[in-house]
Amino acid sequence: MRKTIIQSGSPWWRIDFREIWEYRDLLVLLVKRDLTAIYKQTVLGPLWFVIQPLVTTVVFTIIFGAVANIPTEGVPHFVFYMSGIVFWNYFQGVLNHGAGALAANTNVLSKVYFPRLIIPLSGVLIQFAHLALNFILFLGFYGWFFFRGSEMSPNAWLFLLPALILQCGLMGLGFGLWVSALTIQYRDLRFALPFLIQLWMYATPIVYPASLVVRPSLKLLLWSNPMTAVVEFSRYGFTGQGTADLSGLGLSWAVTLVVLLSGLFLFNKVQKTFVDTI
Amino acid sequence: MQSSTPAISIKNLSKCYKLGTIGRHTLVDEAQYWWHKIRGRDPREYFGKIGHTATEKRKAEAEREGNPEFWALRDVSFDVQPGEVIGIIGRNGAGKSTLLKLLTRITEPTSGEIVLDGRVASLLEVGTGFHPELTGRENIYMNGTILGMKKREIDGKFDEIVSFSEIEKFIDTPVKRYSSGMYVRLAFAVAAHLEPEILLVDEVLAVGDAAFQKKCVGKMGDVARQGRTVLFVSHNMAAVENLCGRAIWLEGGQVRMAGETGDVVEKYLGESQAAARCATLRERRDRQGSGRARLVDFYILDEEGRRQNRLRSGDTYRFRLVCELGAGENVLPNVSAGISLFDARGEIIWLVNSHFTHETQRLAPGLTELECRVPDFNVAEGTYWAGLALGIGTTEVIDFVANAVEIAVEGGDYFGTGSKGAPMLCKTLTRASWRTAP
Repeated sequence: MRKTIIQSGSPWWRIDFREIWEYRDLLVLLVKRDLTAIYKQTVLGPLWFVIQPLVTTVVFTIIFGAVANIPTEGVPHFVFYMSGIVFWNYFQGVLNHGAGALAANTNVLSKVYFPRLIIPLSGVLIQFAHLALNFILFLGFYGWFFFRGSEMSPNAWLFLLPALILQCGLMGLGFGLWVSALTIQYRDLRFALPFLIQLWMYATPIVYPASLVVRPSLKLLLWSNPMTAVVEFSRYGFTGQGTADLSGLGLSWAVTLVVLLSGLFLFNKVQKTFVDTI
Repeated sequence: MQSSTPAISIKNLSKCYKLGTIGRHTLVDEAQYWWHKIRGRDPREYFGKIGHTATEKRKAEAEREGNPEFWALRDVSFDVQPGEVIGIIGRNGAGKSTLLKLLTRITEPTSGEIVLDGRVASLLEVGTGFHPELTGRENIYMNGTILGMKKREIDGKFDEIVSFSEIEKFIDTPVKRYSSGMYVRLAFAVAAHLEPEILLVDEVLAVGDAAFQKKCVGKMGDVARQGRTVLFVSHNMAAVENLCGRAIWLEGGQVRMAGETGDVVEKYLGESQAAARCATLRERRDRQGSGRARLVDFYILDEEGRRQNRLRSGDTYRFRLVCELGAGENVLPNVSAGISLFDARGEIIWLVNSHFTHETQRLAPGLTELECRVPDFNVAEGTYWAGLALGIGTTEVIDFVANAVEIAVEGGDYFGTGSKGAPMLCKTLTRASWRTAP
């Protein structure tokens, strides 16, 4: 028979992963629920997740490519922007999902108990489905430009892709957990978040190559943004252009892991009693 | 009864809410809070909060009194043996809901320990996690896993759940197209098939109509007969006495009394009636009106002249209003008095006023006791709040106290047929005769 001990003061670093594993069916169903709900209720269904990156890429191509004429290191504008957007969308999707994990689900969480980490975790998987869709779209355009003879040389760095995607998801999860825990205390963070994410996107080499930033202080700042390495490395793998700076990647992983671990602990601490403060 | 390991073991359980942080929910609030602090003002003035639940009200009171913390539960200990059905009773704000929240792990205790031996399920809120866009089938799985079932278990019980809910035909229809009755039936079917070793039931929170609540109680009886453990939180003393062998009376977050249900309920009712009789109406500050006279006491007598605050439909009662003329007033010659009953949603469902029958009363200096005789009390089962009023015709409100006293209507036989009417649809009862029109 299952014995449950409920007591106070279980330390903040003790996360019950076995319990999360026991609830894995819930995780799977949450992912399925969100995906089917999204695709059932909108007229365009999954098409929406194709239109969004497509239109963004077109707009970027016109504004930053044709009008502002920001260099893209010889890579076709369309491929250059879209490679960044696909990863960025995944990152911010996971972040947003995680950020609302507690506040947006209070009606459920104040009535039943299940490991609350399940909610942000489900975000990583749900957004992964969107990423897959976006990625297929990207590969289509990439192939088209490639066979039309654009100067792109895919290389061995492409094998890093799964690790980059994983990193992207973990990073979004880590920041999402932080925001989720903080919004319990400070509700208005929710309103600031879209704005902060917007700013963050411009601090990531999506509409410009990292090589454009040469001032050492700015360069350090740029590479301490963990998304920089993800975008630059994936772009380098596909096109052979960009900055494949291994120390940058190492720094990015370090930041990701620190944010993820601290986010997990903070979330774990807050989720125990967050129902009391809402 | 086994005396081995208890199914539920609670030791020195306490839950404390920290105050002083209430109301600071945004960064802007935080900044203002510190701004007021720096300028040497009491920031609490700017962050008053009116609570909605009983506990929140107590919290808000504690905060106004300047207490830095509020103990919703303090040092509660008791054991529940496997197979035992235990009732938790107590007034609003006594800590019952907090206890359930701790038992279901929705929040964490401040100190103390609970050991639960076996799988726990709660009928606190059925249909949690239902998504309107998903079909009945998808929602069964969703809801079941949220309540802690494995997918495989649901597979095994799926057909049973569907037939119990009686919605076979619509199982692949999105639940947003369900009627509310179907929705509740499906939700309850899922909860009913959890097969927990320990079942937690909160009658107060149970949603749905009377039939559904009955189903809840029926399910509880089944569970109990199968030798499982049930913890039942209720305001309905009759249900507690019927179902529970033992009861625990919580008051002010502490165990006031524990023991045989009959003894505990009797003591509890005795005391709550005594409390309701005084009603501390005199001390109420939340009144409206000119104040030329005041309502200072209210009580109800049955036909034998005994005081009652639990009424039965169909019986005859005398409602007594004690009025005190304001200082400096001579005599109020033509005062009308009114009593209204409000349901849980705050709507008036029943109203009497001496003005309707031109039976105005004369209030002399000092105390005057008014009596309103109601033959054949035609209010259906339920819990109501009485609002009391004194006025002059329709032109002046002299004194009005909303929610003056809680009145419970239980049992009785208004129709003489044993029917209770349809309390969920209509709170008043009317006799009528029927025949085929010639």
